[in-house]
Amino acid sequence: MGMTMTQKILAAHCGKQSVKAGEIIMADVDLALGNDITAPVAINEFNKTDCKKVFDKNKITFVLDHFTPNKDIKSAEQCKQTRDFAQQMGIVNFFDVGEMGIEHALLPEKGLVVAGDLVIGADSHTCTYGALGAFSSGVGSTDLAAAMATGKIWLKVPPAIRFNLTGQLPSHVYGKDLILQIIGMIGVDGALYKSMEFTGEGVKTISISDRLCIANMAIETGAKNGIFPVDQKTLDFIKEHSSRQPVVYQADDDAEYEQVIDIDLSQVKQTVAFPHLQENTRTFDDMPEIRIDQVVIGSCTNGRLEDLQVAAEIMHGKKVAKGIRVIIIPATQKIYLEAIELGLIRTFIEAGCVVSTPTCGPCLGGHMGILAKGERCIATTNRNFVGRMGHTESEVYLASPAVAAASALAGKIVPAV
Amino acid sequence: MKLKGTVFKYGDNVDTDVIIPARYLNTPNHQELASHCLEDLDATFTKRVKPGDIIAADSNFGCGSSREHAPIAIKASGVSAVVAKSFARIFYRNAINIGLPIVECDAQIDEGDQIEIDFDNGKLHNITKNQSSDFAPFPDFLQNIIAAGGLLNSISGGKA
Repeated sequence: MGMTMTQKILAAHCGKQSVKAGEIIMADVDLALGNDITAPVAINEFNKTDCKKVFDKNKITFVLDHFTPNKDIKSAEQCKQTRDFAQQMGIVNFFDVGEMGIEHALLPEKGLVVAGDLVIGADSHTCTYGALGAFSSGVGSTDLAAAMATGKIWLKVPPAIRFNLTGQLPSHVYGKDLILQIIGMIGVDGALYKSMEFTGEGVKTISISDRLCIANMAIETGAKNGIFPVDQKTLDFIKEHSSRQPVVYQADDDAEYEQVIDIDLSQVKQTVAFPHLQENTRTFDDMPEIRIDQVVIGSCTNGRLEDLQVAAEIMHGKKVAKGIRVIIIPATQKIYLEAIELGLIRTFIEAGCVVSTPTCGPCLGGHMGILAKGERCIATTNRNFVGRMGHTESEVYLASPAVAAASALAGKIVPAV
Repeated sequence: MKLKGTVFKYGDNVDTDVIIPARYLNTPNHQELASHCLEDLDATFTKRVKPGDIIAADSNFGCGSSREHAPIAIKASGVSAVVAKSFARIFYRNAINIGLPIVECDAQIDEGDQIEIDFDNGKLHNITKNQSSDFAPFPDFLQNIIAAGGLLNSISGGKA
């Protein structure tokens, strides 16, 4: 029996000809990621070992993106601890305020991940890099500490679900709508422990930005990773951003999949996930009137330049509804600058939005847009759990930048037209 | 290893945001995290929990964020084990890596039940209901991590 694309990357990283679903392997790590919340826990664990040095100062990256610019004294201490450790260890890819962006937007932009890599990160949305044909998966801080010490990670080889994509997404329908529809279809544990392998003729019609969004939310089905085949779009993206050579892995023709799900992209509709689980999806065929208090456009899911362009196009020359707070967060400094140069930031400010420095802030209820009791937000982020963005009696609705922007103008959840 | 304790019972999809809300992630201090454990799901948990108590839940326990602060908060609360019908994968590995015993078992368990878990033989006995269930033991690789007292102990020969 052949291997899936994920299994091939895992086999290559543990020195085996082949691996099978369920097998536990010790794999070599090409890049290990931590942020200002998870790195301090990892550093404390690392410091309990005999190790005086990290296994490779080029293969560890820290991004201070969650509670930064420091939201309070304790957050400042966590950043300081991470900064001091990075300096002590000579970590090459350490990104502090001024250079940092939201980690999963930043790493592809900096060319730190290429096809064929095995990436682990102490952040659940590390699965984003599957968009570039890498194996990448979220782990915990102790895993990060062990990887910093040894360069290795234990992994159970996952079985796979294959998503066979055909056709092309209609206008105003994006990768976010597709992944929300998939989560609605299979549920928040529909791919638990498995890899989601996106294949088919339809893949080539999906932009890299949308692939990053789709792979980013693989974790929201419980998946270990989400992965796309490498095509010309991937290779062009990698060439533009990285000096490293990609390694292209392809699934075997006789690879085993637990399930194959066919999706005609032309049938995907604008989709919103209702509180308090991402599987509570609805399309506008079945949408009650939901008035909103806040809109957030940003995050590792949808804070890239393409996302801001979609939102700006909808808001251009218009005003956000009175009383609605609209927070725009470019995911990296580069995106921020490009958005300024393209006039997007002017569009947002003239429409009545605020524009923030890159931060994960409101997505996880950290800072920069916390909700009061009873308030509702439509957000381009990835989670809508109880209390995710603030008070336990607040509500988060997840959608694409297009739906979020249209809703900002309407003051209620509406489709982009 | 055998553990016996009183159950706090929760439902499906208990996410790590309700286990330890992000507003408390500005510290890695175990006791401080424990003082807010499960606050957004069960405001009385920290007041009622006693050393040795057991958390039982339905499917997909620990879904969402990778924050290791979640199993840390549970362990530092004095909880001796977590039993669920299934675990989200990052929570599962975090619990093993930090030495918080977990059991994947589809047993009928309710709030307040007394249960006993026999890890070596894969038996869960609900003393209150006088019912027994079997569960699959961990693969050897994971048992070695658990026996060493966590991942870093297992790779550093007990020095961590």
